[in-house]
Amino acid sequence: MRLIALALMMLALLGLAPPAHADVATGQDAATRCALVKPTDDDTISILGRICDRRQRPPLAVPGVTVSVEDADGNQIGEATSAEDGTFVIDLPGTAIEHLGKSYTVTLDESTLPEDTKPEISSRTLTINIDNDQTVLFPIGDAGPVKPGKFTEAMQLMVGGLVFSVVLAMAALGLSMIFGTTGLTNFSHGELVTFGALVAFFIDRLPGRIEIGGAEITVIVGVIAAFVVGGVFGWLNDAALWRPLRSRGTGLVAMMIVSIGLSLFLRNIYQYFAGAQSRNYSQYGAVAPWQIGDILLTPKELVVILLGLAVLVMTTSLLQFTRLGKATRAVSDNPGLASATGINVERVIRIVWVGGAALAGLAGALLGVTQGFDFQIGFRILLLTFAAVVLGGLGTIWGAIVGAFVIGLFTELSTLFVDPEFKFVGALLLLIVILLIRPQGLLGRAQRIG
Amino acid sequence: MDFNDLLTGSLQQALGPTAVVYCLAAIGLNIHFGYTGLLNFGQAGFMMVAGYAMVTMSTIWGGSLWLGVLVGIVLTVILALLLGVPTLRLRADYLAIVTIAAAEIIRQVISAAKFSDKLGGQDGLTGFIKPFREVNPFSEPVGIDGLVRWGPNDFWVMTVGWSLVAVSCLVVWLLMRSPWGRVLKSIREDEDAVRSLGKNVYAYKMQSLIIGGLFGALAGFVVALRSATVGPSFFATDVTFFAYTVLLIGGAARVLGPVAGAVIFWFLITVLDLFFGQATAGANPIIPASIMNDTQASLMRLIFMGLGLMLLMVFRPQGLFGDRRELAIDAR
Amino acid sequence: MPDEKGTLDSGGTEMTLGPVRPASARRGFDVDVEASRRALADVDRTPGVAKPDPILTADNVVRSFGGLTAVDVDHLEVQRGVITALIGPNGAGKTTLFNLLTGFDRPDSGAWSFNGRSLNRVPAYKVARMGMVRTFQLTKVLSKLTVIENMRVGATGQRGERLLAAMLAPLWRSQEDDNTERADSLLERFLLDKKREDFAGSLSGGQRKLLEMARSLMTDPELVMLDEPMAGVNPALKQTLLGHVKSLREEGRTVLFVEHDMDMVRDISDWVVVMAQGRIVAEGPPDAVMADPAVIDAYLGAHHDVELTFEAEEQIHAEAEAEIEQEAQTND
Repeated sequence: MRLIALALMMLALLGLAPPAHADVATGQDAATRCALVKPTDDDTISILGRICDRRQRPPLAVPGVTVSVEDADGNQIGEATSAEDGTFVIDLPGTAIEHLGKSYTVTLDESTLPEDTKPEISSRTLTINIDNDQTVLFPIGDAGPVKPGKFTEAMQLMVGGLVFSVVLAMAALGLSMIFGTTGLTNFSHGELVTFGALVAFFIDRLPGRIEIGGAEITVIVGVIAAFVVGGVFGWLNDAALWRPLRSRGTGLVAMMIVSIGLSLFLRNIYQYFAGAQSRNYSQYGAVAPWQIGDILLTPKELVVILLGLAVLVMTTSLLQFTRLGKATRAVSDNPGLASATGINVERVIRIVWVGGAALAGLAGALLGVTQGFDFQIGFRILLLTFAAVVLGGLGTIWGAIVGAFVIGLFTELSTLFVDPEFKFVGALLLLIVILLIRPQGLLGRAQRIG
Repeated sequence: MDFNDLLTGSLQQALGPTAVVYCLAAIGLNIHFGYTGLLNFGQAGFMMVAGYAMVTMSTIWGGSLWLGVLVGIVLTVILALLLGVPTLRLRADYLAIVTIAAAEIIRQVISAAKFSDKLGGQDGLTGFIKPFREVNPFSEPVGIDGLVRWGPNDFWVMTVGWSLVAVSCLVVWLLMRSPWGRVLKSIREDEDAVRSLGKNVYAYKMQSLIIGGLFGALAGFVVALRSATVGPSFFATDVTFFAYTVLLIGGAARVLGPVAGAVIFWFLITVLDLFFGQATAGANPIIPASIMNDTQASLMRLIFMGLGLMLLMVFRPQGLFGDRRELAIDAR
Repeated sequence: MPDEKGTLDSGGTEMTLGPVRPASARRGFDVDVEASRRALADVDRTPGVAKPDPILTADNVVRSFGGLTAVDVDHLEVQRGVITALIGPNGAGKTTLFNLLTGFDRPDSGAWSFNGRSLNRVPAYKVARMGMVRTFQLTKVLSKLTVIENMRVGATGQRGERLLAAMLAPLWRSQEDDNTERADSLLERFLLDKKREDFAGSLSGGQRKLLEMARSLMTDPELVMLDEPMAGVNPALKQTLLGHVKSLREEGRTVLFVEHDMDMVRDISDWVVVMAQGRIVAEGPPDAVMADPAVIDAYLGAHHDVELTFEAEEQIHAEAEAEIEQEAQTND
């Protein structure tokens, strides 16, 4: 059993120099981006956390802060100091069961904080349970930080929004293409996304490293593998399950429920083999960002945006201009008619499955690169993917992309006005509002009856 | 391997409070999906709103549980109206996506750290159960010696719960043999045909959504009473999917389908869980730890459930007891 | 799709608490059929001409899908008490016009009225309750309901269709019995009495057409709109169906139907309206219209040889449609 209490420290700091063009190799001397906490792989209970200055975007790490843990009787049972990347780990002595249901108090040593910071509360009490990681925030009083202007903040969020949008667009495009040609509302599409993240992880964990001219490219190979193997997995999905169901004449609602079963099945298989913890690839974990004007941008974010846009442009061009693409759109429009005009509908569907799943796999690997992943990363973005597809108009190709950008940018930019914990809520509400105004979606067409 | 343990544990779950919860949730889905053809994938949202309403009435405002039930019912109706207005005129799959999204919105908002003073955040709420347990007539464990046994609190929840199920089934039976039920079934078959005969399809779908949601609300109340707590993890998206599985096992559009489904579902799930639990337990487990450890063992029941749902839908879409000719879903 | 938000009350508008009128004495249609038919003789044979006693009128009804204008009707009047046929090549906009007139689709602009009451923005179910009932090109029977249940759904103003009354059978039992009696006599008339307890999904294509027509009569309509009643019906049944349509006229009901079978059009219609590319291009008695060069042009373009080709093409159309129909049904 692995029980983790996560303590996240939110601090406001002044006086830290904004990172200059920090080079990847030498940039550690400047302020480092706040790293993700890596859960430990043993059976102890740990209090994990990171000390971050959240007034900065991205948050910056604060090293050298002492954190201590006391039990309910006031005995100190652990202490740690935050590392260069802001993280700290305090292992609790004894077995997991002993700690279950007990309360612990986490305290920040204020004297070790940078001088200009005054947290409103410097200690918090939490109860260990097995259900969830727990987040403990230490909000700061107004220490008079220089808040970046709304515009700068919006631009910075735009970067995150674009990264998420292109990834979401790839997943949504696959979902929409499969829906368009087969009518299947595929609840297991999220598992195609997770599959990509896992393939890249598998490559990453292979012993040794893959290099070209001394530069390590393990993760790049992993991302490519996610795309290719993802496509193969899509073919397998179709050949082993969906094609036989189609030829049996299984109804669409029944197929939708089958996809729910498949989603449950695959998700738990993934957890069986990959575990429940959240993971990162070995490369590009903590890379210092470039500063462009007031905006911070990491190289990997730029690569993801450019690569994502390139893939989207390529896919849509294929659909728009090639024979196969036209056939795909014809099948989307009216399978019966397409079949009557000599298009091999089953072949088109097969290709769409391979292409859609490859895109989903790529999306999963890129999600893993940008924000880390776990066994249900795809399931978690499934709803947003659906939202994007429905928002743009079910089954339309441009609709999926437009919808993904609307959802992706909206989730990030909405944090300007609302608490970040509500950003997904905002996006899903947007979906409902748009359906009220334009039921067929932004780019969809109304249908004929009778 | 202790087979007696397997049987005892499984019977305990198959008839226990959790089976009641899923049975009531599935009765609601039966109205939505089985009879009307509405794809409500947000049943967990209805359950959550009702469960939290009941609990917060006493934890925040100091009201009675009965007041909580009343407020829960009112809020469930409002939720159904809010969901129905934008989606009931759209295609079936839109309703599916909007309801699943709405359930997630509800869950994220209720569990938000921002509202944790009042709603308990991720940890949920406790401290409301006393009035319910005070009227518990059972003080000793109840059961059949050597076969199955429940604690007095569980048995009290079961008594209340299965009574609710009995009344619910009666209501469903009365409704579905009436002309009202006939209109619902007709909408499931072809709503344009029903519209062409002068029926206000939109109003009927709304009524169906509300009534099915109310059965979901009952399930939400029982969740709270069963666990003496409510928390976001009780109302995850998968809860709705499990309830669908329960419904489909028993057979959609059959009055007693959800009852049979809930009992069978929880029996099988628990057998699997206990089996793999035992197989991986101890110093010298039957299945070596290198193949399956105890964490992995706990996943086996979900893996089998996913597989089972797929096979059921492909090979017996009418449920274990249904008649294929009167199959309610378009499984063709 | 039309707005049906209006009310949550699903009961019929005609609901009365007194005893239900017997079938024979339901809506009285005070129409002198012969006079109506004679009056048509004096009407000009130009598109959009006014009729002596119109039951349905439409003005400037336009509907476009994207860039394609599917319907663009300047003026149309349908004479009360007679059988009017609406013909035209595929894609002429006949079914779209049906959808617009009955509230199943909404035009971009235009006005239309039934018995002098404007139907603009009136939802489909209210149109049906006013006495204007339609059938569908692809027959919409309720497959998983029995034939007699299909018929019962058709009855309007059922007390048992109200949610609160539904659970109390004594409130609606006697009305249900009356409706059943009426349904049985209609089934007998339409030769479906032997299929009474069969699932509607098990009927043949022609029987479905019969059932759909019989079911629409359960609403006791003043104007019956039939969308291709002959498509997919085997020749033996056709004469029966023709007889039924004629008998509707004898009862004082008005009939408007879309049909490709020119024999049927010639045989039973009193007046023919021809549509092409969304517009009304010709009107008049059947023989006059079918000899009209403008009509033949509309069907075959400018280069046509003899009327035989025209018939042959219709035959092909009908056969193709019958095949599609068959396929749709076997897939049900």
